[in-house]
Amino acid sequence: MRVVAAIWGFLVGDDWRLALAAVAAIGITAVVGAWWAAPPVALAALFWSLRETG
Amino acid sequence: MSGAEVSLVVSVFLACAVEAVEAFTIVLAIGTTRGWRAALAGVGAAVAALAVTIAALGPALTALPLGVLRVVVGGLLLTFGLQWLRKAILRAAGAKDKHDEATIFAAEQAEAAAAPAATGFDGYAFAISSKAVLLEGLEVAFIALTFGANQHDVGLAAAAAALAVLVVLAAGLALRAPLARVPENGMKFAVGVLLTSFGIFWGAEGAGASWPGGEASLGPLVAVVLLAALAMVVDVRSRAVAA
Repeated sequence: MRVVAAIWGFLVGDDWRLALAAVAAIGITAVVGAWWAAPPVALAALFWSLRETG
Repeated sequence: MSGAEVSLVVSVFLACAVEAVEAFTIVLAIGTTRGWRAALAGVGAAVAALAVTIAALGPALTALPLGVLRVVVGGLLLTFGLQWLRKAILRAAGAKDKHDEATIFAAEQAEAAAAPAATGFDGYAFAISSKAVLLEGLEVAFIALTFGANQHDVGLAAAAAALAVLVVLAAGLALRAPLARVPENGMKFAVGVLLTSFGIFWGAEGAGASWPGGEASLGPLVAVVLLAALAMVVDVRSRAVAA
């Protein structure tokens, strides 16, 4: 269990939503097939995470 | 050397240097307080564990088909990059304490001095040193491996990582003090911007998108991420002032 927690902490970090956003950015890009989809998703998620924290 | 290779070297070097500075501070605090034998044994054990991890993961990563590799690498780099950048923005905006090696060194020394004395081999010194090197090294190993595997040049990434460790070690051994004057917070901000940009770039490519101009679009992408990050610093700072 501690190993799972350590791997989770290592990969996901302080805010799991950012890890989810990384997956979403790539997933949405795959669906729409356009390069411009990933940057706004990733940056909006970062902005949202900071808003929630700050 | 292409632009992508230069970015690889800069990203891996900066990430590795920052983590090496942090690990050096802890090992120095443990070594000077508890003795060097167990502290260095801990460093050796952690380096061996890292070497095994890299030896196991490196060939596995490079064996992946390019499309899958770019999705995996892009996803990992984007996850790490967003985490680094989030912390760096909070630090730059004053919403999170800045990393201060002198303070950390003093705290680690005080904690090490307060821990029960060892009669034989110092398990405390061994555990703390190995944990510090392993934890700081693991993320860098992932970054170096993923960058290297994606560029089909693990050797170049490994060389950049090794150079960073050597530079930090040489500076630390010359000073015999924590490297408090290294601009760690700025370096972490830069690494966060680079990892996020590369994560977006490779992740999107792996997902089937084509960037206009290919690798030439990396420069503008880095600029966009940097400007967005700076704008977020201003936003967090202004909200902190208003609160």
